[in-house]
Amino acid sequence: MVELIVFVLMGGATLAGAITVIKARNPVYAAIGLLGTLFAVAVLYVVQLAHFVAAVQVIVYAGAVLTLFLFVIMLIGVDKEEDQSETIPHQRRLAAALGLVAIGIAAVLVARGQFAWVPIAAGPADPQATNGTVQALAEPMFTDWVLAFEATALLLTIAAAGTIALASFRRPRADTRAERAGR
Amino acid sequence: MITELLWLLIALPLASAVFLHFVGRRIGEPRAGYLATLAVGGSFALGLGAALPFFRGGAHGVTVTIWEWMPAIGASFEISWDPLSALMTLIITGVGALIHLYAVGYMHGEERFSRFFVYLNLFVASMLTLVLAGNFAMLFLGWELVGLCSFLLISFYWTRPSANAAGKKAFIVNRIGDLGFLVGLMLIFTSFSTLSYAGVFERASAVLSPGAATAISLLILVGAAGKSAQIPLYVWLPDAMEGPTPVSALIHAATMVTAGVYVIARCAVIFELSPIAGPVVATVGAATALWAATIALAQRDIKRVLAYSTISQLGYMFLAVGAAGHVAGVFHLMTHAFFKALLFLGAGSVIHGMDNEQDMEKMGGLRKAMPITAATMLVGTVAISGIPPLAGFWSKDEILGVAFARGGWFSLLWIVGLVTALVTAFYMTRQFVLVFLGQPRWDGEVHPHESPRTMTVPLLALAGLSLVGGLFNTPFRTALEHFLEPSFELVELAHPPAGLGMFVLLAGLSTMAGLAGVAAAFLAYNRPAELWARFEAAFGRLWGLWSRGYRVDDVYGATLVKPGLRLAEDAAFRFDLPVIDGAVNGIGRLVRAVAARSRGVQSGFVRSYGVLFAAGTIAVIAWMTLRGA
Amino acid sequence: MNLVVTPGWYMTLAAVLFALGALGILIRRNALVMFMCIELMLNAVNLTFVAAGRALGSLDGQLAVFFVLVVAAAEVVVGLAIIVAIFRRRQSASVDELSELAG
Repeated sequence: MVELIVFVLMGGATLAGAITVIKARNPVYAAIGLLGTLFAVAVLYVVQLAHFVAAVQVIVYAGAVLTLFLFVIMLIGVDKEEDQSETIPHQRRLAAALGLVAIGIAAVLVARGQFAWVPIAAGPADPQATNGTVQALAEPMFTDWVLAFEATALLLTIAAAGTIALASFRRPRADTRAERAGR
Repeated sequence: MITELLWLLIALPLASAVFLHFVGRRIGEPRAGYLATLAVGGSFALGLGAALPFFRGGAHGVTVTIWEWMPAIGASFEISWDPLSALMTLIITGVGALIHLYAVGYMHGEERFSRFFVYLNLFVASMLTLVLAGNFAMLFLGWELVGLCSFLLISFYWTRPSANAAGKKAFIVNRIGDLGFLVGLMLIFTSFSTLSYAGVFERASAVLSPGAATAISLLILVGAAGKSAQIPLYVWLPDAMEGPTPVSALIHAATMVTAGVYVIARCAVIFELSPIAGPVVATVGAATALWAATIALAQRDIKRVLAYSTISQLGYMFLAVGAAGHVAGVFHLMTHAFFKALLFLGAGSVIHGMDNEQDMEKMGGLRKAMPITAATMLVGTVAISGIPPLAGFWSKDEILGVAFARGGWFSLLWIVGLVTALVTAFYMTRQFVLVFLGQPRWDGEVHPHESPRTMTVPLLALAGLSLVGGLFNTPFRTALEHFLEPSFELVELAHPPAGLGMFVLLAGLSTMAGLAGVAAAFLAYNRPAELWARFEAAFGRLWGLWSRGYRVDDVYGATLVKPGLRLAEDAAFRFDLPVIDGAVNGIGRLVRAVAARSRGVQSGFVRSYGVLFAAGTIAVIAWMTLRGA
Repeated sequence: MNLVVTPGWYMTLAAVLFALGALGILIRRNALVMFMCIELMLNAVNLTFVAAGRALGSLDGQLAVFFVLVVAAAEVVVGLAIIVAIFRRRQSASVDELSELAG
């Protein structure tokens, strides 16, 4: 019962946030919408007993990534409203059509009862087996998946190095002077 | 043992040709020419040695296989060495060597001197391939190669459009004959399942029905008519005089044009099995002989007279082999090689001395300036006119005798032959009188002189052969016939009538015809130039027809050449250009058009690409899920 | 009402979220907003992982989410750096202007 209420509420919040992201004219509003989605999804994680993941979601995603987004929006100064008209012909119509087709496929599958995961989506045999506490997650992570773990560490390092390289890339002297003059 | 060296017969001139092709320029004249002459002379010596068993008599032919080419159909590089091919080899290499020597002097100063000898040697090698072949495939190989060499040599002066046209004409007309020949060979193969002589000739009487034999024989006749310039495929020979005179002597008098006669003699067995092939061949020959002789009467170019004369004499040879007088035909082939080569080389000597003038009406009185040439040309003229005891008399008389002896239809052909002998004597004497007798008619710029020794020595040699060559086969001592007997074992040869009385009668008739011709020409032409016209006018329109060769070239041009050209033009411009080029270009245009339209897909907009991504993904998912995967 | 919230519900929600994210990419012109839509899609995937892990009774789902999160973070960092670098050149964050690879 509780789960149902939480699901409805948070599911609605997720979708509301997503729609905001799509439709907001001001990118900052879009970022806020994303924030809402991220929080709602974190709650949904908690409901499913994935506690650690929920925490990481809030800390990393909402706390770091989204903040980074906002910083960049402010940095390059697109925090103003922008023109929403469509420049590429037929783009919106095609996107809508694709969406409808996707929904149509889903509907057909539902009607045929062909969703493969429906049977297993009936509920866990042992709800506590997937209790995602820190301890429970740490065990497989540092035994079975330690290689992946180290690889992601490497990945982060490379990403950081690459970003610094990108950010400090300057074009030859003459052009930057012109650039500055043009501003 | 010597049979193992037979391949050298072909290899020597061939190797010389290849060698001169690469190194000739550096060797320079005259060494290149002497080398070429030596190669051919070497083949002659080898042939002489290899033919000794045949001279002694009683030996049979051998076949030496050099390389298995296509054994399944009986085609290999094999040399068939029997008296007939030996005789042909000796003629080709003997007369050929003399002509090579002559050419060293004649082609002096020519820029492409060594190239000329490359072609000449290549020709000798090809002709030897033809006569030494032991199967029809190799024969055909040689047949085509001599055609090629003929083309190369006729259009040797390729900067002259007329030379190129003549070369093309020769090749194309030959090709028409070759088509018939090839079909004949195919018939032989389907009948015998092999192309080798051994397999064909021995089984011929068992395998071939008269109808099949007739078909094969007539088809071979088509090929022979093309190569040996008989009606209706003779038109290339007069134009072939565009080539240098040694070429005319070697190819278009002594050797290549005799290939047709050789082939028919070789295939005598097959011709014998057909009731009408022989008469057809003989009729074609006799008709051609008279036809060409009349044309020769009215020619002004010294070489064209000899060209038509060649066609006419070849007609005699065809008459002989058609009447199953194969020995007579081959005998005339030999003597004709002697005196016709002599006449051509002499004409070349005249042309050389007259600074490339070829119109006889601008010559005259050359006997004083060129005595050796005049004397040898006299021998040749007398020989071809059939005056005893020179060579031409014996061979021509044997042919006429064979025709007379066969009787029936052949008697008519005998009369034609007799008349032709008269005409022959006439036009040859006319030529001699116009060139060497009378008063000089040339202008002051020309200074006629005798030719150098490299040219006069062959003339003298050939004159000697023309004098005594007839003694190879007189009715009193048929040496040649005994020589050739092993080659004609399977055939029933025809002979002139036996008995001294008949011989004297027939010989007397032909000699009188010859003398009559000589006398008439002498009377008509040994006078001031203005009086000739009166003589020629006596013939009215006929003379004009003769000088234009009965306008056969015009007829062919209108009925065959023009429509052919039209067809080619239509094919090129009204079919190939719009349809095929159009199709190919159209494909190109189509691709361009499609590309131009399709280019729009790559708009550069990420979001358009995104749509495509999404569409593709949805399509795949739809397919996977909806088909129940 | 006796409705039980099964993992299937979560997966459906995730699917819708994913579709919304995809739609957003196709529709929005601003590079940063497009990036945010990508984040939406990644979140939808994470949600699916967790739900599926729960349905199959395995913790591997949540482990996968962890790694996806890390990689997504790295990706955002690099992507934003690129956007900044591009913006320095052209003063606009519209992806429609980056159409030089047109055919």
